[in-house]
Amino acid sequence: MEPFEAAALIKDAFPSDISNITEFRGQVCITVNKDRIKDIMRHVHDEPGLSFHFLIDLCGVDYMGKKEPRFEVVYHLYSMQHGTHMRLKAAVPENDLTIDSVVDVWAGANWRERECFDMFGIMFKGHPDLRRLLLPEDWEGYPLRKDYPLKSDLGEKEWSGYKDVVEVAKRNKAYEAH
Amino acid sequence: MQSEKELKTRNLTINMGPQHPATHGVLRLVLELDGETVINCTPHIGYLHRGMEKHGENLTYAAALPLTDRLDYVATMANNVGYCIAVETLLGIGVPERAKYIRTLVSEMSRICSHILWIATHALDIGAMTVFLYSMREREWLMDLFEKICGARLLCIYPRIGGVRCDVSHEVLDSLYEFTEAFPKKIVEYETLIDQNRIWFQRTKGIGVISAEEAINWGLTGPTLRGSGVAYDIRKIAPYDAYDKVEFDVPVGKNCDTYDRYRCRMEEFRQSNRIIRQCIEKLPDGFVLSPEAPGFDMQAGPLNKTQVQEGAGPSFSEVYCATEAPKGELGFYMISDGTGKPYRMRIRTPSFAHAAALSKLCRGHLVADVVAIIGSTDLVLGECDR
Repeated sequence: MEPFEAAALIKDAFPSDISNITEFRGQVCITVNKDRIKDIMRHVHDEPGLSFHFLIDLCGVDYMGKKEPRFEVVYHLYSMQHGTHMRLKAAVPENDLTIDSVVDVWAGANWRERECFDMFGIMFKGHPDLRRLLLPEDWEGYPLRKDYPLKSDLGEKEWSGYKDVVEVAKRNKAYEAH
Repeated sequence: MQSEKELKTRNLTINMGPQHPATHGVLRLVLELDGETVINCTPHIGYLHRGMEKHGENLTYAAALPLTDRLDYVATMANNVGYCIAVETLLGIGVPERAKYIRTLVSEMSRICSHILWIATHALDIGAMTVFLYSMREREWLMDLFEKICGARLLCIYPRIGGVRCDVSHEVLDSLYEFTEAFPKKIVEYETLIDQNRIWFQRTKGIGVISAEEAINWGLTGPTLRGSGVAYDIRKIAPYDAYDKVEFDVPVGKNCDTYDRYRCRMEEFRQSNRIIRQCIEKLPDGFVLSPEAPGFDMQAGPLNKTQVQEGAGPSFSEVYCATEAPKGELGFYMISDGTGKPYRMRIRTPSFAHAAALSKLCRGHLVADVVAIIGSTDLVLGECDR
């Protein structure tokens, strides 16, 4: 099945919730309303004509100052029955950083949503265990946001675990061979 | 004396890793045990998190290439190829035919390297130590060839956006052809060491079973998914490089367990061998690097018009490109804002999904089986944590 046909099928089912269908290098992308994300995802997973059973990836993107709303959650889907790839996006505004979790639909979304929360601070409503995944539990800030610096000297505000490492390194300097 | 009814038992929570030889790196599992049986398994990752996606956004397209070596550090060529294909698709850069074949060749070489390391450590974890010693011999042969091709053994950075860095010499191709003639016999050697072994059967058959539907639902890919009988292989469904010009089969299992995943990878040895032979035989003449290939100092302004998507806001264009890395689907989701640096570089790695599924795979098995299951998913924490 051609990706555009699949996009048209989704558009027929949710005519008012799909705002934009774009295509680049043969890859089709649909922008959907974030309030209906769970219904839409349930539909594309269960509907036999679509059967997107495979969630390839889920990630966040920060368009700070370039686009409104600021954040986007991107879902990459694949249908093994029809051999179709599809990209769905839902825009998440900065003043309401929430979106429904799709863990009920795809178990594989669990860690990906946790990572997205970890890196962008987007809250996934209904997620069974929304904790930080890659960063330590007491980490402050969301590193993949565009206003988070790549390198910085935070001084006293540095993460406590880092201070410990620096202390140990200083102590070990005494044992260095000269 | 207390009667048995009055004896209280409680579940024991133990920590496996991050420093544990069988967790293949720094994976930490918190296991809740009832006797020897795992009731609950909670994986913790992030010990190797280096912020690769953030770094990628701050480097030019060409300069971010060496980062990808550090993803799956036992099959670096396959990562480089995956990244290059994503950037080429995004920027619309063509690749010379000879470079396509060379890339296919080195990808399959790194698949064999990766699978050799997998069979060596997997067998070692389960208790068959001999395989380790035999398989390292063949890996060394390939490592030497990598060194002859590009000067590095492990972190190659050989493929480039728009081709490969330099041409391969005749000596390398001759030696590689010799390897492909010798290797099928070596695979049989590994198989005789473990395939007739009753202990191996008992440790792997019926362990870590995941049905095809569940495996898809959890997002498993590569041989871990194919062991459950799903013939999902990017090289077949969306061929890249020269994979549409070579013949190979996609082996699948049917019992969905650790043993079938082992069988799948052993068959993949033979298929990779077949692909390498065909690549050497069909290798065309010509250039190996496209003249459009970007340099490291690609700071300059907007890319040309064909490289920018229309209708997606202020000149944002995006692609998702996947390749079949040895562990599974390695995908790069690249967003360009028209400048020389990627706006967003998202890396979809197979080990991430596999580590997430460990909680499902390990439940109800013995602690000793956890080791076998981790081995059968072929985790590399470098690409899991990125």
